[in-house]
Amino acid sequence: MNLLDFARGPGLQGALAIFLFGMTWRLAGILLLRRKTDFSVARTGDWWFGAFRLIVQRSLPRREFASATGYPLALSYLFHIGLVIILFGLNQHILLLRTYTGISWSNLPSGLVNLAAAVTAAAMVALLIRRLSHPVLRLISNFDDYFSWLVAFLPVATGMLAVAHLGGRYENLLAIHILSAELLLVWFPFGKLMHASLIFLSRGTSGALLTRKGAAI
Amino acid sequence: MSETLEQNLRSHGISRRAFLKYCTTLASLLALPPSAATAMAAALGKAQRPSVIWLSFQECTGCTESLTRSNSPSLEDLIFNSISLDYHETLQAAAGTAAEQARENAMREHYGKYILLVDGSIPLGHGGAYSTVAGVSNLDTLKKVAAGAAAVVAVGTCSSFGGLPMANPNPTGAVAVSDIITDKPVINVPGCPPIPVVITGMVAHFLTFGALPETDLHKRPKVFYGDTIHDRCYRRPFYDQGKFARTFDDEGARNGWCLYELGCKGPITYNSCATLKWNEGTSFPIQSGHGCLGCSEPGFWDKGSFYQPLSASTWHDIPALAIAAGAGVAVGAVAAVVSRHRQDSTSQSPTNGEK
Repeated sequence: MNLLDFARGPGLQGALAIFLFGMTWRLAGILLLRRKTDFSVARTGDWWFGAFRLIVQRSLPRREFASATGYPLALSYLFHIGLVIILFGLNQHILLLRTYTGISWSNLPSGLVNLAAAVTAAAMVALLIRRLSHPVLRLISNFDDYFSWLVAFLPVATGMLAVAHLGGRYENLLAIHILSAELLLVWFPFGKLMHASLIFLSRGTSGALLTRKGAAI
Repeated sequence: MSETLEQNLRSHGISRRAFLKYCTTLASLLALPPSAATAMAAALGKAQRPSVIWLSFQECTGCTESLTRSNSPSLEDLIFNSISLDYHETLQAAAGTAAEQARENAMREHYGKYILLVDGSIPLGHGGAYSTVAGVSNLDTLKKVAAGAAAVVAVGTCSSFGGLPMANPNPTGAVAVSDIITDKPVINVPGCPPIPVVITGMVAHFLTFGALPETDLHKRPKVFYGDTIHDRCYRRPFYDQGKFARTFDDEGARNGWCLYELGCKGPITYNSCATLKWNEGTSFPIQSGHGCLGCSEPGFWDKGSFYQPLSASTWHDIPALAIAAGAGVAVGAVAAVVSRHRQDSTSQSPTNGEK
């Protein structure tokens, strides 16, 4: 069994198992916690709308902080959108997802995906530079921040090399790319990457509670 | 005095010009400098008909079929006919004791000088009883004949890497030539079957330079196995554009789009099929509408379905993943119960009440 066989076979299976185990552990552990009983009378019944509204609202830039957060926010949007395009637009990824879900869809032109990958990588590097150069950000950053950045960046960088056949034999590049994605899957539930699912949970909960109390959001 | 190779070719009606053209083509294929063509012509022209022994073990005779029938009659065929093929079970006229005697004679007369070509894997199970010739196991024959060989060429994937006989669960205990012969120069010419000119190219290279060409990590000549099929594939531009055939008869397939989605292994397969092609350069599998199977790579039978795309997983044990998810829920639930218990303990403690 060579490196690619391992990456496509037991490596991927193991990484997915750890990912699912970790995700369900974290989510079940949070969702099954006891909520404090609210004895007050609900001001409004459309708390679902409030939850959705806060999720959207907190994702948009605030005008009063635009000058301070505009740059990192724009970069963050760029690389998040880029990641979505890469993950769901590249045919090779669609074929992998089809293996597990049985669902497939039309792929995007490779040129567009390549552009998205380049923009994503550049935005991530720019954000890392900002984190390293900004005194406050540097102070509050820990291992989790840097390692999470690394495991998110590696699949993008190795994927670009694999598509371009640069830096080695294709089977090795592909194997390294898949292994880097597996590292991301393994780390995802246990590090700050978990925000990808918890962010909607926490914002939605806040939105629902605030709406129930009649607070303006 | 026995006639030289050039004299022999001339007697077959091959002109000096055609012979030089062949040498130039071969030198070009082997990525040698232009001056090498002259050296090759001189060396090949002067060469006495070299003795070649061809051993067939666990194989399907496809390699021999490829060599003799792919583009016959051709100059390569004549070159091959012009060597002294002293032993080849499929092609030789002699049979039985006479055939084995021919091999013994060739080995004795050309000891240390003959070239040994092997196709088929060697079974080691049950003392090699799965495949014998004249009552002798393939293992013993290989060891004995290789001992007097100047070089060994493993022809085809079976002799190079074990091939189909070695596929899981490898019932005969099949191994490759290079697993057994470690004290002689061995070169692998894999493929199921290999391209004819690659086989003759190895023989010509050895006759010209007295050594086998530079090889890659799998002992394959770099000149023929240096690039992937994908790198040289005429459908590559469609891959780069993201245009893929979804089925074997859809519009994409009719338009000649990339066969990656249909399981083509071209990106990880090193061979010259896309450039040399088959049947006098007519076509190769991808051009005929089917993806590459990766037949010149080790263990290609055991790498999952031929129709599974390269980016797809080869293990997708859904029940195992469901168990992992269920275990996560169980652990999370236990964690939540413990937390609730702590919440209850905290809310009932007097300290908390005083606050």
